[in-house]
Amino acid sequence: MSRPEVQAPPEIFYNDEEARKYTSSSRIIQIQAKLSERALELLALPDDGVPRLLLDIGCGSGLSGETLSENGHQWIGLDISQSMLSVALEREAEGDLILGDMGQGLGFRPGVIDGAISISAVQWLCNADKSSHEPRLRLKAFFGSLYRCLARGARAVFQVYPESVAQRELILSFAMRAGFAGGVVVDFPHRIPCAHLWSTVLTTATPKAIGADEESCSEDETSEDEENETVCISDRHRPRKKQKITKKGKGREWVLRKKEQMRKRGNVVPPNTKYTARKRKARF
Amino acid sequence: MRLLTHNMLSSNIKGVTNGFPLRIEVQKVIEKPVDFNPDFLRHMFPMIDWNALVEASRTMGYPDLPDSADAAMLDSDDFLQRFHHSLLELHLEEGALLCPETGRRFPVTKGIPNMLLHEDEVEVSGARAPGKLSGIALFVLSLLPLHFFSHLQ
Repeated sequence: MSRPEVQAPPEIFYNDEEARKYTSSSRIIQIQAKLSERALELLALPDDGVPRLLLDIGCGSGLSGETLSENGHQWIGLDISQSMLSVALEREAEGDLILGDMGQGLGFRPGVIDGAISISAVQWLCNADKSSHEPRLRLKAFFGSLYRCLARGARAVFQVYPESVAQRELILSFAMRAGFAGGVVVDFPHRIPCAHLWSTVLTTATPKAIGADEESCSEDETSEDEENETVCISDRHRPRKKQKITKKGKGREWVLRKKEQMRKRGNVVPPNTKYTARKRKARF
Repeated sequence: MRLLTHNMLSSNIKGVTNGFPLRIEVQKVIEKPVDFNPDFLRHMFPMIDWNALVEASRTMGYPDLPDSADAAMLDSDDFLQRFHHSLLELHLEEGALLCPETGRRFPVTKGIPNMLLHEDEVEVSGARAPGKLSGIALFVLSLLPLHFFSHLQ
């Protein structure tokens, strides 16, 4: 079977029939529970027994939310498919459900969510299902609004089935641009050739202003690196522009020497005048 | 939809600067019992916009919350119970949410608010961002005639 993303937009693909099929398959339920379990593990919430307010993006029929509820957390689920949400209601999902499009940006107040998970949903953003859809802008809107609504130091874990390395890099680059730091955790590298590859983009919201916070998070990252089989970490830091070695720059003597060299080689060089390598006014 | 979610939601329509709090239009409210967990309430308290919660709770027919609250009140069991009831047990089953700035109606059916935006309401729409591009286009146009003239000479 080909990938669902290429068949139809999510709100049309997950119609009543497909939503029911999806949720009545015990295999899918089992896989979803496993994935959510792993996502929750990667969220690395403090182990103090206090329930958190989590966001489940692309919650579908609430399969992943069930895992969150089992662990005692409160959650808000967002999905674009009405049919999937109806099934979630039938299954008596404990979290609140919202019908919304993540590509339009999430309408939450800043800094109120303790963590976000998203199981097999973000790759849908890479498709342009309507003429008005621009995947890049939708990714930007999604990650930007998510970053804003997460509390300081909160994490977001996205489980995606990327179509290609390019798609993975695209998703990752927009996450980085929104301010997330983090990396990709590939859990079953030996299964890459088959369609069941699943990789988790683990991103940590680290406010840039706090240096100490950032350090503690990168430590977290390394500890997780050892557990997983293949990990590549993309750092958000861009290399700094190299600074000029001398502030003054190259002086008149240097210019005259170079011109002399050029003349010796037989090139046509303008004559030396009082204007050669003259300094500009400070006001320029 | 519980008031916890209502307290977090804000309208993200293009051009709206303060989309919080969404006004509630009530048609049907139901109550579902939830396990009382004081730890969660204490954890959530700093993130809750109290005025919005009191206002929303009144609209939903539960006026027992105090007008103002501070962290010291979290020790009182009576206060926690009320806070718990309004935050987690009141569900807006049928009704609507209204954007405070534009009055845009987000209908709530079977407890699910429909927050889907129309294409012209999306902040980052498919249309190319104006501004920079149009400036560049103008610049290029003004250069074109000069180029043609220089070739003719």
